[in-house]
Amino acid sequence: MKRILNRLMQMLVTLLGVSFITFCLAYLAPGDPVAMLLESADTIVSQEVLEKTRAELGLDKPFLVQYGNWLAGAVQGDLGMSYSAKKPVVEKLSEGFVGTLLLAFVTIIFVLIISLPLGIWSAVKQNQLPDYVVRFFAFIGVSMPSFWLGLILLYIFGLKLGWFPIASSTVTAKGIVLPAITLAIYQSTKYVRQVRTVILDELHQDYVIGARARGLSESAILWKHVLPNAILPLITLLGMSIGWLLGGVAVIEIVFSWPGIGNMAVRAIMMRDYPLIEGFVLWIAVAYMLINFLVDLSYAWLDPKLRRGEQSD
Amino acid sequence: MIETFKQNRLFAFYTALVVLLVVVAIFAPQLAPQDPYDGNMRNVLQPPSEEHFLGTDKLGRDTFSRIICGTQTSLFMTICVVMLLAVVGGAVGVASGYFGGKVEIILMRIADMMLAFPGVVLAIAIAGILGGSVVNTILALLAVGWAKYARLVRSLVIKLRNNDYIIAAQVNGTRTVNILWRHVLPNILPMIVITGAMDIGTMMMEIAGLSFLGFGAQPPTPEWGLMLNEGRQYIQTAPWLMIYPGVAIFVVVAIFNLWGDALRDVLDPRNE
Repeated sequence: MKRILNRLMQMLVTLLGVSFITFCLAYLAPGDPVAMLLESADTIVSQEVLEKTRAELGLDKPFLVQYGNWLAGAVQGDLGMSYSAKKPVVEKLSEGFVGTLLLAFVTIIFVLIISLPLGIWSAVKQNQLPDYVVRFFAFIGVSMPSFWLGLILLYIFGLKLGWFPIASSTVTAKGIVLPAITLAIYQSTKYVRQVRTVILDELHQDYVIGARARGLSESAILWKHVLPNAILPLITLLGMSIGWLLGGVAVIEIVFSWPGIGNMAVRAIMMRDYPLIEGFVLWIAVAYMLINFLVDLSYAWLDPKLRRGEQSD
Repeated sequence: MIETFKQNRLFAFYTALVVLLVVVAIFAPQLAPQDPYDGNMRNVLQPPSEEHFLGTDKLGRDTFSRIICGTQTSLFMTICVVMLLAVVGGAVGVASGYFGGKVEIILMRIADMMLAFPGVVLAIAIAGILGGSVVNTILALLAVGWAKYARLVRSLVIKLRNNDYIIAAQVNGTRTVNILWRHVLPNILPMIVITGAMDIGTMMMEIAGLSFLGFGAQPPTPEWGLMLNEGRQYIQTAPWLMIYPGVAIFVVVAIFNLWGDALRDVLDPRNE
């Protein structure tokens, strides 16, 4: 219990720090958001109007007061108004979140389908042909920029074959396939290696030798002994990639015009929509740390050793 | 040095490739058949031909020349980022590992904060808010990446700190600067070099990614990520614009990844 509280405290400190950094950046950055906001319609705005809007938005106050106000709002779930969309930031974030969440979910399924069998296969056949082939492709994938892979897939399956739409500004079942596959291939190249390492570690344990000595078949050893033991480290790794995916994988969302949170953030940055950027960064920090936290909790739940340890405390 | 190459032929081969890349980067303006900035509006979006080996872009510039010159941009930015990461992260790591105390607590708290957060997102935010430019990209990646190096160096220094020869040097009254320079640095350098070398490929891709989003190098700089971004709009009519810069990134990143792995095998004492 004390450990959990400690973790939560640490998360809170991180959130404060990260939001403070973003706030500083926005404050120091070149370019006047008020001018951007008002002059977007090609009109020239008088100094007077600029000053008035600045006062309305609270941008004329000293830096720390601005941060304090924002923080006070954030605690109550109010992240301010988006300059560009004229909507509450929270609303904008939740719009983008639907797309990102769906994309992350489908991607994870693809990642599991691709990398679990390949990683296990590669480990079982260590230093044999399947292992080399899997490792070769994993290496290729690691060296390939994800957005380029996305463009290539878009060109082949979207343009040449016409199987999938080349841009999907709304959430559709067909539109999700290509971005999810791109992300899944990119993630799998890392995950396959990690699965392989985890399985290999387990295969070299004494209990595997013991099981072999007792005459158990290799497949029984793999399914009944090795895999259950390998689940914990695999979950940690998966948790990290879920956090990464929820962060909105801006580049891929841009390539496929997918209406996710990363896409929204990039546009917010271009329009100097600071409240939206701050909200976005805060959201990512929360999502990422929350996932890691849940992964840690799942340890306690999945690992009998830890479970008993918790109770005896 | 030559012995090392003889014993590790693979490492020698990859090093030769890396040297080749560096040579291409340095002499890019001379090697490029045409001026990478010089457009010709009568030659817009030409497919690959004898004159333009990899076609031309929307301003009629030679894609091949731009890719060659992009080597210079990419390599320069990547090397800057990795060197700065090693120096800044290393300094923070040594300061907190060797001296300990309040400095350590504060620095490591900040480092933990940075590590508890997906770096790419913050890099996008920093580079984007500061405004896209080569310098700001380097700063953004530095701001996000130093924590990993600081953590690593700190753990190495803490292990070293209690070694007899360090304590002996302290008792002798050796100046702290000398201890750090003569005894600590040589011992941690191999690990820093390995980590840096293995990060080159990743950093190169992140730089290209930032440029692709428009938060890195700005037009008309020949930069691969930026070229992909520009080429993306012509995916239908001029696919060569989005294929070849990507191939360039892939090949160069692959070479550096292989070299980094080989270098680790050579330098890491655990492998002996």
